[in-house]
Amino acid sequence: MNTGDTAFVLTSAALVMLMTPGLALFYGGMVRAKNVLGTIMQSFILLGLISLQWILWGYSMAFGPDNLGIIGGLEWFGLRGVGMEPHAIYGPTIPHQVFMIYQCMFAVITPALITGAFAERMRFGPFLVFSLLWATFVYNPLVHWMWGNGGWLARLGALDFAGGVPVHLSSGVAAVSAAIIMGKRRGYGTEELKPHNLPMTILGAGLLWFGWFGFNAGSALSASSLAGSAFVATHVAGTTGALAWIAMEWKFIGKATTLGAASGAVAGLATVTPASGFVGPLSAALIGLAAGAGCYMGIKMKNRFGYDDSLDVVGIHGVGGVIGLLAVGLFASKSVNPSGADGLFFGNASQLGIQTIAILATIIYVFAGSFVILKIVDKVFGLRVPDHDEVSGLDLTQHDETAYTSQ
Amino acid sequence: MKKVEAIIKPFKLDSVKQGLTALGITGLTVTEVKGFGRQRGHREVYRGAEYQVDFVAKTKIEVVMDDGLVPEAVRVIQEKAATGEIGDGKIFVVPVENAIRIRTGETGKDAI
Repeated sequence: MNTGDTAFVLTSAALVMLMTPGLALFYGGMVRAKNVLGTIMQSFILLGLISLQWILWGYSMAFGPDNLGIIGGLEWFGLRGVGMEPHAIYGPTIPHQVFMIYQCMFAVITPALITGAFAERMRFGPFLVFSLLWATFVYNPLVHWMWGNGGWLARLGALDFAGGVPVHLSSGVAAVSAAIIMGKRRGYGTEELKPHNLPMTILGAGLLWFGWFGFNAGSALSASSLAGSAFVATHVAGTTGALAWIAMEWKFIGKATTLGAASGAVAGLATVTPASGFVGPLSAALIGLAAGAGCYMGIKMKNRFGYDDSLDVVGIHGVGGVIGLLAVGLFASKSVNPSGADGLFFGNASQLGIQTIAILATIIYVFAGSFVILKIVDKVFGLRVPDHDEVSGLDLTQHDETAYTSQ
Repeated sequence: MKKVEAIIKPFKLDSVKQGLTALGITGLTVTEVKGFGRQRGHREVYRGAEYQVDFVAKTKIEVVMDDGLVPEAVRVIQEKAATGEIGDGKIFVVPVENAIRIRTGETGKDAI
């Protein structure tokens, strides 16, 4: 046991926890005023729901004793056997429960990311059911594949430092299923579906950026030089992501927007996540640039296809997840992290192939899994709010509240 | 009694108010409004999605006054709210049947 490592991972867990309310504000500012509380709630309440799921069976399914490389067993149900003794693989220098609570924060924010795809039109109760099922049957197995002791992607040699597979690509792909099944918002293409409070969105982006240091640097699971290099790579990619995005805006619409700067920063941070512990600062800068430009183009495509991924989960986390996981295969360097691998630019072409397998497997499993879960919840409970509720807004119809009053 | 209603550019509110109080007007009501006239709206862009916003933000002031003050008040508003650009707004003068001060019950001229 190492006190420095333990202190660092606990602090990182608290940082990652703050990302979920940060995301709530990031999304909340982008919806219309009548839906701001409903949108914030869809992120915030997952701190409650998914944390409970995690300690009961989620952690065990993700990290528990391996079954065929696919899923952890239920031997650790209710954290049985997950105590203060370090786990030799997951974190030899920190208490096992510290690793567990750190990972809990990742489990919470991932389904919250998906909520951007169906913003402004999902009923609250069915949303909770969907999130619980998705965490259990999509997120937990994916985490096991990638980070579980014996997971098949890990054994294959796929590299994902902090969550390209289970967090970003998976939420982005789930968003595709959700946008297809939920359909467009009323008034899509005819009414102004504009953000109601961009300062709130920028504040949320700031909290996300702050928390991301815990997300990526914390994934070193030690207060070490590796944590330091992941911290630097994270920050650098956030900055170049923001710059690349506003450069694209300048080229295509003639103005740089604040929403664009915030979106680009989040795109850069999301994209560098899987690579953050394997690449140097200049590689991270290039990854951020690719993220800002690539995610911007992804959203331009969406506007052409016309499907209503309302807050661009696909464009940012899906596109960013793919770019980031491929970037590991290009830019990874053993000089940064000896326990990683070299990428194509450092003389090893095979890593790119392994990363591609991880991407394809994630896309297929998450798309199918999310599709089936959404269909079932829709059939049993009905996902979408009735038309008149959509007109009145989620705040009033789902929660009996309004965010802004005149006195 | 008349009510003078003026739709003006929001940033002109202060100078219009100063002009009217200098005339001896002792109260007015201000509302943030949106609308369109000859002035075109503007473009807004959010993550590449463009919206043509037709309703332009304006400020509406309403002042009830004695008939005799109306020509001066209209002149002051016209002078203070003008930029010379399209979209400076409009002034409407409408008759008012009565006015009642809620606290005291005074009516007519005494209530304004």
